[in-house]
Amino acid sequence: MELAAASALAKFIGAGLACLGMGLAAIGVGNIFGNFLSGALRNPSAADGQFGRAFIGAALAEGLGIFCFVVALVLLFVV
Amino acid sequence: MRRFLASALFLSSALPVLAAESKGGFPPFNASTFAGQLFWLALTFGTLYLLMSRVALPRVGAILADREAKIESSLAQASKAQAAAEVEAQGLEQALAKAKANAQAIAQEARSKSAREIDAKRSAVEKELAAKMIAAEASINETKTKAMANVEDIARDAVSAIIEQLSGKAPTAAAVTKAINAARGE
Amino acid sequence: MAQPGTIDPIHQFEIQKLVPINLFGFDMSFTNSALWMVIAVSVITLVMVYGSAARAVVPGRLQSLAEMAYEFVANTLTGVTGREGMKFFPFVFSLFMFVFAANMLGMLPGSFTTTSHIIVTAAFAMLVITVVLVAGIVGHGSHFFGLFVPSGVPGWLLPFMVLIEVVSFVSRPISLSLRLFGNMLAGHIALKVFGAFVAALLGAGAAGILAPLPLLLAVALTALEFLVAFLQAYVFTILTCVYLNDALHPGH
Repeated sequence: MELAAASALAKFIGAGLACLGMGLAAIGVGNIFGNFLSGALRNPSAADGQFGRAFIGAALAEGLGIFCFVVALVLLFVV
Repeated sequence: MRRFLASALFLSSALPVLAAESKGGFPPFNASTFAGQLFWLALTFGTLYLLMSRVALPRVGAILADREAKIESSLAQASKAQAAAEVEAQGLEQALAKAKANAQAIAQEARSKSAREIDAKRSAVEKELAAKMIAAEASINETKTKAMANVEDIARDAVSAIIEQLSGKAPTAAAVTKAINAARGE
Repeated sequence: MAQPGTIDPIHQFEIQKLVPINLFGFDMSFTNSALWMVIAVSVITLVMVYGSAARAVVPGRLQSLAEMAYEFVANTLTGVTGREGMKFFPFVFSLFMFVFAANMLGMLPGSFTTTSHIIVTAAFAMLVITVVLVAGIVGHGSHFFGLFVPSGVPGWLLPFMVLIEVVSFVSRPISLSLRLFGNMLAGHIALKVFGAFVAALLGAGAAGILAPLPLLLAVALTALEFLVAFLQAYVFTILTCVYLNDALHPGH
């Protein structure tokens, strides 16, 4: 009983900790779009050509945050 | 501590997310549904791929290519028409320049013709005037010589009259003439 | 099954059998997931096949939509891979349209989001990587594996670099599938949680005054989810294009 409760607690704590990674990924995504926007405002004519690249970068950064989300899910439902 | 853990367990069992766990786990991680989903995914995606690659995409591509070709041919036609119009405009301009030159030539000719006529008229008038002047000069000379001859006669008359008055005797004409000639010759 | 009144954000992802079918000892039942896959394909077919049936030079509404989708995916593909990538166009186009339609249909209330199941996204990702591998090996033979050998690296560092490149290549299908899966899952859970907050607050007497707050958030989140539904389909497509580009031009 105690062990089960402790493991349940640990699961939730672990899941909560994993969610921190999502916040960090959010910083990364914000960085990418912030820099993209500042660059786009400096040289608007070149912005359209780099639009796809900005999204690739954002997707890669966001993917790492999604990994954290999946870790949280695995902790909650699978382990 | 034990009570705390127990309440945590109670909470966790009451937590809604675990409601799904009681029914065979988290659905996306439920491996018993994988085969069926893969089967239907292959079926639907295969159908979609066939429909797109065989029917839809060639058709849409053809529509787009068709439109592009149409636009291109229309543009080519327009540029051709523009070129033709330009050629025509050039021809018109040439014709205009020719007509202008023509008009100028005509005007020039008319001008020179009238100038020539005027010249001819003027020279005729001048000739006439010169002839009249010569005639007038000749008549003046004639009159002058006539007058001069008259002056000699008058002088001779006057000389003989003066001598007659002075000497009471009329000189001969030959003497008078001789004297006058001597005075003139001097 | 949760009791009424409690929050159950997971319920929406449950697979329900509509027509039980058993093939070769496997459970191939026609489920709600299969139903929404069929609906997605039907919607795409309606737009792309029926919409373009008129072949009008001046397009109508559906045909404009079909042409827009065609040109959008074609521009994305040629922008990354150049003209040679167009031989993968039907594949990339089907991929984009399927994911996009599935994501968007998932935003309908009461619908099922097929892309919120990891097996579906993983199947797509494995399909993409298989296509990339086959195209790379068929197109360039052993030269394709030069992809894993970065140029201009000192000899003693090379094994590590090759290891890193291989790991990065292997992690591609994982990240590709997890990204789409995680985004769809997280978005729908968040929507459900905020919707349930509204219901819970309304049922809580005086606290019901606060109910409009999570409602506003749920509305904003719905808009965000529509954006994410498009964006993830786009990201999935453009990453597919990037990987295909590696297969077409393996030289670094």
